[in-house]
Amino acid sequence: MADDLFNSFMNGPDERGRFGDFGGRFVSETLMPLILDLEAEYDKAKDDPEFWAEMDDLWKHYVGRPSPLYFAERLTDHLGGAKIYLKRDELNHTGAHKINNVLGQILLARRMGKKRIIAETGAGQHGVATATVCAKFGLKCVVYMGKHDVERQAPNVFRMRLLGAEVIPVTSGRGTLKDAMNDALRDWVTNVRDTFYCIGTVAGPHPYPAMVRDFQSIIGQEVRWQLAEQEGEGRLPDTVIAAIGGGSNAMGLFFPFLDDPSVNIIGVEAGGKGVDEKMQHCASLTGGRPGVLHGNRTYLLQDDDGQILEGFSISAGLDYPGIGPEHSWLHETGRAQYVSITDKEALEAFQLSCSTEGIIPALEPSHALAHVMKIAPNLPRDHIIVMNMCGRGDKDIFTVAKHLGFDMSDTEGREMD
Amino acid sequence: MTRIDAKFAKLKADGKKAFVAYVMAGDPDYATSLEIVKGLPGAGVDVIELGLPFTDPMADGPTIQLAGQRALEGGMTLQKTLELATEFRKDDDETPIVLMGYYNPIYSRGVDRFLDDAKKAGIDGLIVVDLPPEEDDELCIPAQKAGMNFIRLATPTTDDRRLPKVMTNTSGFVYYVSITGITGAAEADAGDVAPEVARIKRATDLPIVVGFGINSPEKAEAIASVADGAVVGSAIVSRIGKGEAPADVLAFVKSLADGAHRA
Repeated sequence: MADDLFNSFMNGPDERGRFGDFGGRFVSETLMPLILDLEAEYDKAKDDPEFWAEMDDLWKHYVGRPSPLYFAERLTDHLGGAKIYLKRDELNHTGAHKINNVLGQILLARRMGKKRIIAETGAGQHGVATATVCAKFGLKCVVYMGKHDVERQAPNVFRMRLLGAEVIPVTSGRGTLKDAMNDALRDWVTNVRDTFYCIGTVAGPHPYPAMVRDFQSIIGQEVRWQLAEQEGEGRLPDTVIAAIGGGSNAMGLFFPFLDDPSVNIIGVEAGGKGVDEKMQHCASLTGGRPGVLHGNRTYLLQDDDGQILEGFSISAGLDYPGIGPEHSWLHETGRAQYVSITDKEALEAFQLSCSTEGIIPALEPSHALAHVMKIAPNLPRDHIIVMNMCGRGDKDIFTVAKHLGFDMSDTEGREMD
Repeated sequence: MTRIDAKFAKLKADGKKAFVAYVMAGDPDYATSLEIVKGLPGAGVDVIELGLPFTDPMADGPTIQLAGQRALEGGMTLQKTLELATEFRKDDDETPIVLMGYYNPIYSRGVDRFLDDAKKAGIDGLIVVDLPPEEDDELCIPAQKAGMNFIRLATPTTDDRRLPKVMTNTSGFVYYVSITGITGAAEADAGDVAPEVARIKRATDLPIVVGFGINSPEKAEAIASVADGAVVGSAIVSRIGKGEAPADVLAFVKSLADGAHRA
């Protein structure tokens, strides 16, 4: 594949922001001029060594990159098959991969002279990362968060407020991540001249899906050299696996391997209570169809009339009815495979990670791990799986306790870190 | 020539400004909505903007968001919206109807099938908020080929560099959005709007109507006097949302239309 430029999976998007049929710029006219400015500014920054030098410096000294690539020996032995590595992006400052992207966008916002940053957040990880970087650079930060998520992710709401951000609980629609994104877009359209919208995933109008992917690709780039260091020059993973809500941690891990045909690529969607006609899940690719929302064409959960449906997942970070357009394209071209994992399976994986590796994972990567648990036992010992441990589980312990029937009432409110 | 073109030609000949009213199809329910829509021409409305309900109206403020929710909860769909237009057309073959909404319900139905059905239902034009000129291949060009007007939004951020692109592939009229923001939020200011309308006039021969932030007969008059017409949406929809009887809603619409027609 890599020999033939025309067949490369790494050339997208085209000049209209399309990955095949997906992506695009489906926004109101008010935002369009700004989107074009942003694209021009990003194109400039992308080719500017100074921009990347600043990113590298912040990644190294502020985020703590490179994150380790860790051989999960007990997990491997327990499953008795493939050799499992975890990419430890949960060790990043702020506890997830989100900050990789936020730094890039905030540096860009500074270049564009924008002083006010807005963001949407689901689990709160992107909100915390944005609030963090805004605090570091002295920028005003407003985070939109669905009312329902404000309730189930209280520790992250408090973190954002400590960091000086204004957290606005979103009550429009049904008060979830999708509605938070709507309200962020409404804010942006109102304050378009001084405000930068820092989108947390590989979705939204072009250039966001490509830009966020590029900032997150540090994950896969590190995996390439780290694995070679541990397993020998030229050794690539046989399978890379990541969880998908919007799909930014997955895109970051997958992208550098798209043109390596020997690498299996698997994205894991949130299956909620099961991917069936009840639609109590967030599996856009396995249970949805193409549509247009939030600035891009992609697979969406929707009814026959084209009305968007609410997702359902134990994980607030995966609770979104869409998926990044590049994933839709990788799905249709068959370059990547997409599967779904139920809440119950994710909870089992959560506990297995705790007990075998001493790593309390976020519920999002617990979905990826649940799929690893399914496939690893049937793979040979020399098959290398790299899974993105994209977030830590501190934020989720209350949710998990509730599902496991553990009474946390006497510890509630105690600082968790 | 569409009903929209005919209407603006007639208004021009009469030396009158256009009054455009927006209501959400199926708000608060199908029957009440149909009664209101049927009453609009009698209340002095020159062009009807019929809102197509959508779960995620990114450019709308709370008033129209809630109207969409009421309609959807009452079982409104794109199909029923077209049925409402069909029903209206039985008594009125003159007043133009512009369908205004978001792309996904249309895309979901399939563009060709939608255009066929919308033509048959007597829809004359389309305003699709999330289809900028960059996405003209999607619906704008097919719609115009099908003989339907595709009405463009121009905004305060549409600068002179961009204006020619926005004025290409469009017809019917131009909808100037008076503020950067969502529907029903800030108030439009005739002093700010006048030079903008003049700027857009240099780029097009199409009539220019102004909407967003117009909520009273006085405001409708002031804005219409510096443009070819005024659009009112949220102020009407909020009365429907409060449960006002159709007759009272229409009396308010008439006061707005009279305001615009005084200009």
